[in-house]
Amino acid sequence: MAYTVPRPKLTFAEKIYLPSIISGLLITINHLRKMLRGQTHIAMQYPEEKWDTHLPEHYRGAPTLVKDEHDRERCVACQLCEFICPPRAITIKPGELPAESKFAKVEKFPKEFEIDMIRCIYCGLCEEVCPEQAIFLRKDYAIVGTSRAEMVHDKKKLYELGGVMDGLVFKWNEKK
Amino acid sequence: MDAILSLDWFLILTSLAKTLGIIFLIVLPMVSYTVYAERRVSALIQDRIGPNRVNMPLSLLGFKKDLVLPLGGLGQPVADAVKFILKEDLTPAHVNKFYYWLAPCLAMVPAILTLAVIPFGSTFLGVPMVIANVNIGVLFVFAIASLGVYGIVIAGWSSNSKYPFLGSVRSSSQMISYELALGLSVVPIFLIIGKLNLSEIIQYQIRHGWLLFPFTAFFHSTWSELAHQLILWPWMIISFVVFTISIFAETNRLPFDLPEAETELVAGYHTEYSSMKFALFFLGEYAAMITGSSLIVVLFLGGWHFPGIPDGSRGWFFGLVNIGVFFGKVAALLFVFIWVRWTLPRFRYDQLMRLGWIWFFEIALVNIFITAGILAIFPN
Repeated sequence: MAYTVPRPKLTFAEKIYLPSIISGLLITINHLRKMLRGQTHIAMQYPEEKWDTHLPEHYRGAPTLVKDEHDRERCVACQLCEFICPPRAITIKPGELPAESKFAKVEKFPKEFEIDMIRCIYCGLCEEVCPEQAIFLRKDYAIVGTSRAEMVHDKKKLYELGGVMDGLVFKWNEKK
Repeated sequence: MDAILSLDWFLILTSLAKTLGIIFLIVLPMVSYTVYAERRVSALIQDRIGPNRVNMPLSLLGFKKDLVLPLGGLGQPVADAVKFILKEDLTPAHVNKFYYWLAPCLAMVPAILTLAVIPFGSTFLGVPMVIANVNIGVLFVFAIASLGVYGIVIAGWSSNSKYPFLGSVRSSSQMISYELALGLSVVPIFLIIGKLNLSEIIQYQIRHGWLLFPFTAFFHSTWSELAHQLILWPWMIISFVVFTISIFAETNRLPFDLPEAETELVAGYHTEYSSMKFALFFLGEYAAMITGSSLIVVLFLGGWHFPGIPDGSRGWFFGLVNIGVFFGKVAALLFVFIWVRWTLPRFRYDQLMRLGWIWFFEIALVNIFITAGILAIFPN
């Protein structure tokens, strides 16, 4: 059954619109006044003001590789991060350590480790899944490049961004 | 030879100086800074900041650093002008070339032409600050201002495209419906003053108080004069409201910007235009705003007069102050234009037509009869 929505009964003031026009004008002029007095919270003025000094602890920036305190790379090329990465941004080519290394029997190492920063979605799953705690999301967010090739971070670049992280996992250093 | 010498060279040269001065030193900068004010005020109303960082991109020219100017975005109009001039000026293949090129000129010229009769100051060094002090003042303004619609109509028709065509059709019907109210709403003023000359209208307002604020003549008018103005005051306010809203409609400003309703018609009549031709439409619209504001100032707000400030016959300094007062009032009205634009939503088309034909036309007509009746009962 058709149901007619009752029209609201307008008063004379509502019919001639003028009071609502004036109240609307007052609202906008109040916004203007508050802006001029600096009472309105406005967005960060990016190039001049930056977030760098007070980034929150949980901020997820660019994924990086870290070395331990003995300057050994932590990554053992297990490829878990490569498999979990939702946009498939990570490419790892695992390799055997040289026979004379004392860790040759227990570890592999990544011959190539590339993260395509055009693909990366900063989800942090690689950090979560890494059993050796070798990959960390640091706080760099301004990742720029002038070509696609430049936006692929290779191993050198990843270690450069990651730096050294001590503690946490001791790998085989103490167990031998 | 005698014919040349017998010409009034003083009049010709001062008129030329006034024309060039008012167009290039006052109106065009005012237009470009109105555009800047529009962007800045709209930003502030919407809790944004707006254009505030225009610098010289010297690094484009091979210098090491950009030149950072502490102007807070005041260079924006210059940057806009450079952008408009350097953009590709595209003429689509399907347009009627002659009218397509003619339309932007027709949009810009009437808006500036009307300034010829508007007195923008008292006298400066003995020269009256009005380019053409003609007796038909307001009639001239209406005649020329209504030509502005041709620019829009021709633009829409010659573009040979649906959106511009719809925009121009809307514009012409809108202009016709508001031109009537515009013309009728000022008739009460001429009934009171008895002259069409805009300078005389200002002189009357100096003697008897501004038509919208009769109290400006409080100290030098007699009680009977003041009472006479006060009886007429409410009808002048109605006249002012109708005239101002009609000027909004005439200049295609929101809430009456149906010819270029972005949400429905892309950009309306100038959809097919680019570069400097588009800029001419844009400048024409803002120049029309300035002309309309000047007309409101002259008719209702006392023109260049401000209580307590003598006119230019007391010295060149006061002549300049009077010009400043006039353009100060115009700037205040332009702010109101911008303020209204960023407050009110657009009218629906039938609402617009009803407002024009059923309300304003009748109100203006009744206002004429009431004012005439008052003047018949209480003659000056």
